Amino acid sequence: MKVRGRVVRTRHVSFRFADRTVLVSLALLLAVIGVGLVTLTSGDFELTVAEVANSLIGRGDGASDFIVLTLRLPRLLTGILVGIALAVSGGILQGLSGNPLASPDILGFVQGSATGAILVIVLVDGGMAEVGAGALVGGVATSVVVYLLAFKQGVQGFRLILIGIGVSFIMLSLNQYLITRASLSDAIAAQAWQVGGLNGRGWDHVRVVGSAVAVLLPLALYFGRRLALLEMGDATARGLGVDAERTRFALIAISVGLAAVATAAAGPVSFLALAAPQLARRLTGSAGAGLVPAALMGALLLVAGDLAVQRLFSPAQLPVGIATGAIGGLYLIWLLAHEWRRGIAR
Amino acid sequence: MTRLRAEGLTLAYDERTVAEGLGVVIPDGSFTVIVGPNACGKSTLLKALARMLKPTSGAVYLDGEVITTYRSKEVARRLGLLPQTSIAPGGITVGELVARGRYPHQRLLKQWSVRDEEVVTEAMRLTNVLDLAGRMLDELSGGQRQRVWLAMVLAQETAILLLDEPTTFLDIAHQIEVLDLCADLHEENGHTLVAVLHDLNQACRYATHLIAMKPGEGIVAQGDPSEIVTADLVEDVFGLPCRVVPDPETGTPLIVPLKRQRVPVAESLTAL
Repeated sequence: MKVRGRVVRTRHVSFRFADRTVLVSLALLLAVIGVGLVTLTSGDFELTVAEVANSLIGRGDGASDFIVLTLRLPRLLTGILVGIALAVSGGILQGLSGNPLASPDILGFVQGSATGAILVIVLVDGGMAEVGAGALVGGVATSVVVYLLAFKQGVQGFRLILIGIGVSFIMLSLNQYLITRASLSDAIAAQAWQVGGLNGRGWDHVRVVGSAVAVLLPLALYFGRRLALLEMGDATARGLGVDAERTRFALIAISVGLAAVATAAAGPVSFLALAAPQLARRLTGSAGAGLVPAALMGALLLVAGDLAVQRLFSPAQLPVGIATGAIGGLYLIWLLAHEWRRGIAR
Repeated sequence: MTRLRAEGLTLAYDERTVAEGLGVVIPDGSFTVIVGPNACGKSTLLKALARMLKPTSGAVYLDGEVITTYRSKEVARRLGLLPQTSIAPGGITVGELVARGRYPHQRLLKQWSVRDEEVVTEAMRLTNVLDLAGRMLDELSGGQRQRVWLAMVLAQETAILLLDEPTTFLDIAHQIEVLDLCADLHEENGHTLVAVLHDLNQACRYATHLIAMKPGEGIVAQGDPSEIVTADLVEDVFGLPCRVVPDPETGTPLIVPLKRQRVPVAESLTAL
């Protein structure tokens, strides 16, 4: 075996996997399931695993059905889906720009979503669905502006980041301005939205984020192979038959879509899109886009963070972004410090 | 019938025209080397041949059709490119990098066939990096790394290889190592090679077909180096007075610059 990895081959299908990537992905998946089980069983109203399982297969009693199916499960699923969406969104941008700083919150997409949401809150007094739609439109519109401003015979990574940071600060000050001009109740609603979180997320959120992930995740994985080639530079990728600019546009569109939907559903969740792909990449230690382990890492960080804010700080309802920032940040610092001490960080 | 040629190429970056009216025929099975001073457009011409740069006018033909009419992957199965610089992905092994050269042959559900594995192994054997297959790319020396990149392009299984300054950033021993490898590929495997080189003597030694370019004038000579390389040509193209003698090793033209014309110091001072 001259090329490392495990090979799976039948007559019509053949794949090669890095062992460690498979192991890390499985471990992350198990961890997500574990945290999910704790989330569903623990809390103010303790349930056994059997009671939860009965509710899940439709044989539970009324009380546990309500707690599991109406309160805890949709919140858990929204968390998993938002985590996947943000992590994949960040992983794509980091791969495209070759820069670990690139993520939807650094490039202003998230701030643009906030502008959209706040405009709806302040101007139209919209409900939950309208605010979500406003966030979606705001995020997509901002990313189009960033893309067009960064476009000069194609979009280069560094230019994208600098323009994104600029636009992000403009949107940030616009958001502040809008809030100072708003009535007190609107300002409170806008501020609450900006803090984000998974409180009170129901099946509507699961459906919206779920359908976006169901469409965009397979596309992201499909383009993921080309993403790995683009990381070697445009000339090399094009030499190998990758249509660089079209692929980059498609990948940015997928990334924007995932980030905008996630932000519309859960508000701005800071740091996750930046940290999850980095953590996954360091754990798997392999080259390539690595979007699957990144997605699982994103889901784990978000549900673990949400569990932490629900149980550790209860009854205060902290936004999940605080926990993902703290958990992900600490873990990333630990990993980096560990690598630097061993002298292998890149 | 040649597989790769260009007619009436005008090449430009933005508004700035680099070269006009270029006509090139790359003889099948040749080791073609493009030479010329800086800014003559030699790398630009190679980029156009590799469909990396869209000509302002004229066209590049691959197997009789305008190259842009093919799908990108289809071109990549016929013509390989080693760019001047590639970015090595972090944490990649030599084998994994070479395996990426198989991309144009792979499909969504067929990502690592037996054939892929055989070709990748063969590409590493030809470039003498098989023993390094499990090593991390960033642990290797510059010369080894360049052989690995070459292996990746070989894994594309194309008869035509375009190499953009493959010896830049290498010391003299590694330059010769890479060029010897190219000559082997050309002679033993029948690859058609097109390379941009800076060193005129290396170009004369290795090329079977030489294309000389001059800034503003485009291609001024093409043909067998032994036939076209003269002192006049070198002076015309590079502005370098020189003698051309037979290379004592290979008999190919060897360019020897004329020695410095000394102006006696005392004389030049009194002239003031």
